[in-house]
Amino acid sequence: MTSPNRPRSFQEIILRLQNYWAAQGCAVLQPYDMEVGAGTFHPATTLRSLGGKSWAAAYVQPSRRPTDGRYGENPNRLQHYYQYQVIIKPSPPNLQDLYLGSLRAIGLDPMIHDVRFVEDDWESPTLGAWGLGWEVWCDGMEVSQFTYFQQVGGHDCKPVSGELTYGLERLAMYVLGVEHVMDMPFNDPDAPIALTYGDIFRQTEQEYSRWNFDQADTDMLFQHFKDAEAECARILAAAETDNAGRRIPMAHPAYDQAIKASHLFNLLDARGVISVTERQAYIGRVRALAKACADLFLTTDAAGASA
Amino acid sequence: MPDLLIELFSEEIPARMQARAREDLKRLVTDGLVEAGLTYASAGAFSTPRRLTLTIEGLSAGSPTTREERKGPRTDAPEKALEGFLRSTGLTRDQLEARDDKKGQVWFATIEKPGRPADQIVAEVLDGTIRNFPWPKSMRWGAGAMRWVRPLHSIICLLSDDSGATVVPLTIEGITAGDSTRGHRFMAPDAFSVTGFDDYAAKLRRARVMLDPAEREAAIRQQAENLAFARGWDIVPDDALMTEVAGLVEWPVPLMGVIEDRFLDLPPEVLQTSMKEHQKFFSAKNPKTGRIEGFVTVANIETPDDGATILAGNQRVLAARLSDAAFFYENDLREAKSGMDTWAQGLNSVTFHNKLGSQADRIARIAALSRDIAPLVGADPDQAELAAKLAKLDLRSAMVGEFPELQGTMGRYYALAAGHPEAVADAARDHYSPLGPSDAVPTAPVSVAVALADKIDTLTGFWAIDEKPTGSKDPFALRRAALGTIRLTSGNNLRLSLEKIFLFATGSLFSLSRAEQYLQRGGDQRIRDFLNGLCADNLHSGASTGSIDEGPAAKSAALLESANRNDQNLSDYVTMVRAIVSKASADLLAFLHDRLKVHLRDQGIRHDIIDAVLAQPGNDDLVLVVNRATALNDMMATENGRNLTQGLKRASNILTQAEEKDGVEYSFGADVKFAETDEERALFAALDTAEPAIRQATASEDFPAAMTAIAALRAPIDAFFEAVQVNSDNQIVRRNRLNLLSRIREAGRQIADFTRIEG
Repeated sequence: MTSPNRPRSFQEIILRLQNYWAAQGCAVLQPYDMEVGAGTFHPATTLRSLGGKSWAAAYVQPSRRPTDGRYGENPNRLQHYYQYQVIIKPSPPNLQDLYLGSLRAIGLDPMIHDVRFVEDDWESPTLGAWGLGWEVWCDGMEVSQFTYFQQVGGHDCKPVSGELTYGLERLAMYVLGVEHVMDMPFNDPDAPIALTYGDIFRQTEQEYSRWNFDQADTDMLFQHFKDAEAECARILAAAETDNAGRRIPMAHPAYDQAIKASHLFNLLDARGVISVTERQAYIGRVRALAKACADLFLTTDAAGASA
Repeated sequence: MPDLLIELFSEEIPARMQARAREDLKRLVTDGLVEAGLTYASAGAFSTPRRLTLTIEGLSAGSPTTREERKGPRTDAPEKALEGFLRSTGLTRDQLEARDDKKGQVWFATIEKPGRPADQIVAEVLDGTIRNFPWPKSMRWGAGAMRWVRPLHSIICLLSDDSGATVVPLTIEGITAGDSTRGHRFMAPDAFSVTGFDDYAAKLRRARVMLDPAEREAAIRQQAENLAFARGWDIVPDDALMTEVAGLVEWPVPLMGVIEDRFLDLPPEVLQTSMKEHQKFFSAKNPKTGRIEGFVTVANIETPDDGATILAGNQRVLAARLSDAAFFYENDLREAKSGMDTWAQGLNSVTFHNKLGSQADRIARIAALSRDIAPLVGADPDQAELAAKLAKLDLRSAMVGEFPELQGTMGRYYALAAGHPEAVADAARDHYSPLGPSDAVPTAPVSVAVALADKIDTLTGFWAIDEKPTGSKDPFALRRAALGTIRLTSGNNLRLSLEKIFLFATGSLFSLSRAEQYLQRGGDQRIRDFLNGLCADNLHSGASTGSIDEGPAAKSAALLESANRNDQNLSDYVTMVRAIVSKASADLLAFLHDRLKVHLRDQGIRHDIIDAVLAQPGNDDLVLVVNRATALNDMMATENGRNLTQGLKRASNILTQAEEKDGVEYSFGADVKFAETDEERALFAALDTAEPAIRQATASEDFPAAMTAIAALRAPIDAFFEAVQVNSDNQIVRRNRLNLLSRIREAGRQIADFTRIEG
């Protein structure tokens, strides 16, 4: 990696992506304040990809995948990591070029690297969503997912949103030439107090790996799952008008409960207490919630529904 | 004669879809043009990741004018009829012509369709082709409604002849056809115009796009081989990978890399799979060491540093992948050497199917079955049982977790590491085979025993819980398991009574799962003993094939029932199990026969011939069925055989009618002394010769000889029917002749049920 344009730290890559997508006109949002498995779960993507209103947003989303925990030992695997997410509706005709511009912005010059769009269809059974697109390869490594959403929550996406997801740690390790994620400079390596990724996350990876795999109270998690499911259903079933007679359907609060149920399922899965056959049933239950939330969202202003 | 150039320029088309898309584009456009009255000399289709291209040479400039004459109603028909005719032809009354016809005067219309210029037709055909293109998966994008495999950006639609090129006027969902395209995404991104196919292909090449996938493949192959040759290596051929890689690049630039020494001890299958699946690398083998030591990656770009950055990146990604693989392999080997108990334990918690228990349950059943099948296939029972217990343990290994396609392959390495004999380790690798109709069939006895047990357990299990394939739905790949069973038995010439094995396997399923449930519900321990008896006895009882009511198992059941006359639950349960087991086994055999028909039909054996053979006893011995069917099929290919069949069927028909009419069966007592004609006497003599010959041949399973013996009856039978009236007024003579016919029928039945043969 000989580009003079090369970033020096994990955070610089994030900052460059933020600046780049801000310059392309995206609203730079903040992470959603709930535990999610991927940036797609942020309502800025799931819900906002529904309905006819135009939308353009970019954000970092901390993501949790309890089963991927390796106590901070594996060079590439983490139970908590970051995704960078861009969502634009309708997908602009030059989205591929915009994306390639973002690679240049973080120091990957497509004239000396080998950038390829390799078929990869995306499907989220828990969200009732699917799309077509690619995984983007740079020198044989997957650096992003590129998807044209076709359906979310069981609804056709009209117009279609273009979604870009960057796995930030892997991408940054490649750009920075780091072999182990924990060795990656988080801030500037020449800063007075230089911090590596490991300085910040090695201990938490250990702690959460232990909790995820051995300690999480499964009875409690099962109960929480049921609670979230019940609360979601209750919110969805509530009257659309409040006590003052205003029409306020509560799509987002209901969707929060769906997200919660999804993450609880992931935790139960990591504890190994969900059998192969039950798995499908649980995924189906979360999907039912997500679909119902999507149905409700489509009746709201944010989806462009005329009141 | 103009030429036509079409290019559909889009975002990256999945590599696996390009070959069919080329064919579809060519077919749909040329069919449409021909349908509309145009002709053409030749057509060719090409693709790159970003474009589908069609060139058509020698297209007619327009469609010819056509005249169609249509006959209408009679001139004296009601006004309504005439109005209808005018409407359907689009003519007026004065354009019609009255002509004399057989039934009077009739209106005739001559409809003239003027020819149309090629550009109009091309525009219509291309519009329809794009809108209805049969992509396996297509999508919408932006705010549009159009569908394509990925967003479509531009269209070239150009007719060119000596006087120049003209763009065909066509706009589809906001994209207007033109004469320009773009080159390589990075090396030549600017748009340029073209005047025809040759100009297009030449300019693309200058713009770093090799249009023809065959040329890209050839270039990759040649350059990869050159790179390998320089190091004294060979590229491991992989046609599927080649096609895929050629569909991923517009300008192939093969680069060779070396696998680091620390990874060279990994099994070659691991190296090859990891490089192929994750990286789409070709493997390079060093013929001196026999190991895979290098790789070729195919980049899509020429860079100022001659690919150094790209190769370094790929090498780095590969190192990370192989580090994972090496880590998995070391851990797996450690587990293997310590006996793989953790894996065996782990399979307890892996559900195979919620009604069929865990993988561990399944392995226990397959081990029992393998042990029992072993003597039938010439394998050592201890080895077969051991192999079955080990064969699936690699499913818990980290390596197979990462690369499911290495299941079995890793099992062999781990079994060897654990110190087990080669035959046992080979069975771990081979017991999944044959997977498809062209996959090799295992031949080593231990492998055959476990492979057969694996498939039969799958079949009997899903039959017992009534999860059979329906229509196109076969989620548990039961048709494949059935074909595997057929190929394992016939390919190895295994003489097995499948029905007995099915009974054993189904029974064993019940003893291991249902009986447990029964016991848990407070059932009687004796049920287990009953079921165990049932299983073991059915397989090895000396009785011929057949029902569950035979043998010691039935006896133990009877004892059990009489001893527990008051225990209604138990006896109900026993009855239920017996019913389910025998029904499932019979059903399964019928399914296997269906698959056998398909299998044999592919080998040119007629379905009615197979039916005729399957109607014979011993039809659960597939080798016997195949041998019989083959011999019969050969005989039926001769005129003699076809005539003989007619004679046999005629004899059978006459007999059946007489038997129905008289209410008796004619089967015995034909005597030559009541014969009245020479033809009758000749038939007696022929049967006297043929019967023992047929009996002896079928007993020794020499079916060609049996066919020869029965074929000798053809002439006497034909002569008999020619000369003799069976239904004589003399009842003694009639009965004698019917009994004679029954000897013919019996002779036929030794071989097949000829009444099922068509024609």
